[in-house]
Amino acid sequence: MINNRDSQGMSVIVKTITRLTIGLILLYGVYILLHGHITPGGGFAGGVIIALSFIHIMLAFGKNVALEKLNQTWSKIFESTGALLFITIAFLGFFGGVFFNNFLDKGEHFELFSAGTILLSNIAIFLKVGAGLFLLFVALVLFKIGGRK
Amino acid sequence: MEHIIPLFVAISLATAFLISLLGSKFKFFRTAFPVISSAALVILSVLSIFLVNNNGLMVYKMGGWIPPIGICMVLDGLSSFMLLTVNLVAFFIMIYSINYVKKYTDVYKYFGLLFLMLAGMNGVIITGDLFNLFVYLEVAAVSSYALVAFGTGRQELEASFKYMVMGTLASGLILLSIALMYSYTSTLNMADIGKSLANEGSSSVIIFISVMFIVGFGLKAALVPFHWWLPDAHPSAPAPISAMLSGVLIKALGVYAIIRIFYNVIGSNIYTSRILLVLGTLSMIVGVIFAIGQYDFKRLLAYHSISQIGYVILGIGLATPLGILGGLFHLFNHSIFKSLLFLNSGAVEYSTGTRDLKKMGGLNKKMPVTGNTSMIASMSIAGIPPFNGFWSKLLIIIACVEANEYIYGLFAVIGSVLTMASFMKVQKYAFLGKLKEKWKNIEEVPFGMKFSMICLALICVFGGLLLLPEISNLLLKEASNAVLIGKEYVNQVLGSV
Repeated sequence: MINNRDSQGMSVIVKTITRLTIGLILLYGVYILLHGHITPGGGFAGGVIIALSFIHIMLAFGKNVALEKLNQTWSKIFESTGALLFITIAFLGFFGGVFFNNFLDKGEHFELFSAGTILLSNIAIFLKVGAGLFLLFVALVLFKIGGRK
Repeated sequence: MEHIIPLFVAISLATAFLISLLGSKFKFFRTAFPVISSAALVILSVLSIFLVNNNGLMVYKMGGWIPPIGICMVLDGLSSFMLLTVNLVAFFIMIYSINYVKKYTDVYKYFGLLFLMLAGMNGVIITGDLFNLFVYLEVAAVSSYALVAFGTGRQELEASFKYMVMGTLASGLILLSIALMYSYTSTLNMADIGKSLANEGSSSVIIFISVMFIVGFGLKAALVPFHWWLPDAHPSAPAPISAMLSGVLIKALGVYAIIRIFYNVIGSNIYTSRILLVLGTLSMIVGVIFAIGQYDFKRLLAYHSISQIGYVILGIGLATPLGILGGLFHLFNHSIFKSLLFLNSGAVEYSTGTRDLKKMGGLNKKMPVTGNTSMIASMSIAGIPPFNGFWSKLLIIIACVEANEYIYGLFAVIGSVLTMASFMKVQKYAFLGKLKEKWKNIEEVPFGMKFSMICLALICVFGGLLLLPEISNLLLKEASNAVLIGKEYVNQVLGSV
């Protein structure tokens, strides 16, 4: 639970509403991510929505609270891991004969666990996009303007 | 064996992200690992040359999907030639960078961005899909914007911003013309576009698209009159990055894309070759005239890049077998000697801390390796026999005469003379003459930097051997044939799936 110990961030109304909606936004992002191969959405959209839930915390409660939940070091690790995971999935396609081959069992249509490597690729893209977007926002927040000489 | 085709992009991307993940913790990932990885890319490029020589044009179906539905990668003579050029220069730049970048913080970001740029360039060269070409082009361009600003000084940031504005304008024009092309032909596969254009016949839309492609890729290749971002962007970057940008980036993103689209996809006609001839000659002369007055070492070299790209475009624009062979050979040679010259300027800056030619003098006595390799590179770029630049310029001039384009041949000779004049100035001010009091205590650069400069200088000396029939049939003939077959490319790609 997010505690409201310092006076940073926005007013009590915004903080209360944020506390109520933040979990729903995160959950919706996960839904979009996991159903990427059967409904509109996917890794990119899911990653953006999940990153937005963290950005939401940062807007309402200030940067310190948000960076406690997810700090820069871990975001950087998630970002690179996402990209490496995606390339690994592409390399694993060589087991099926070709680069990027969908070598896993395709399963039933419209089932959650179907479509082979697409779900895994979506998760990799989610890591890359989510962490990347969050880092971009953090960079904008932490950037300090140097004095002009 | 065809499985090596996607590796050019995959290895460089994987290296980039491994470096960004582990580079801040382990020293191995910011010193030896980039060199090993780019050495692997060079070996793969050499393999690809033999592969093309044995099998002809090869199409790789990503994920097993058949083009034009799936995305494909195409390896032909031109691609393998460009891959060798890009990866060879990148390999020497990696070795040079290990010592050079010690003055910066966050070195792992430098190598990560450099490999992203390499992935983008390899992708542009290897792809067979027009939209993928745009995506790879943006990958390479965006990482190069960041690399130009790597010093984060006032000048670097300004140059990077200017570069970014011009680069984005170029990308916007290219994207717009790709969109128009898609609406006209309903496909993005390059071979399929060519087929569809052959069926539909020419129309004014195609002329509009061609003009925007020439402006967009002309901006990327820094042809006059689209050149003015280059003399700011290239000198501001760290020296190895300047070498990479001037040596290979403008060729992979600009010249290669122009050749591929105008010769193999849209199909060459008299108007496009005439436009390329005029733009090439303008760049050749205007670039060198601007260069002669410069006293900033790297800025002078940057203007010479514009001029030498003019030679390449002139050769390509002639559209005769000899012209295209000469143009492509000059492309290879220019990437070697221009990277060498930028590495020399970096070595001088490393030891003395200045780029101003007037402040240098007599550096040959203290820095013999840098001085002598820069002498070789200067003679190559000026076209003095027996260095590699002489042979390619000779081929281009002979091709001009053979095609009865005497005026263009004359301009090529004039450009070459002016190039020699400006490099005599560089040698006189920087390396020859009396050593100034200020530079009594400077030292030659470390081993890694010397090694790359000597290797590139050796390629300059023996580069002419590429014209020997046995080697030429393997490399340059294959490359120029891939251009000369023109729209036969379409049938070869679609026929092999």
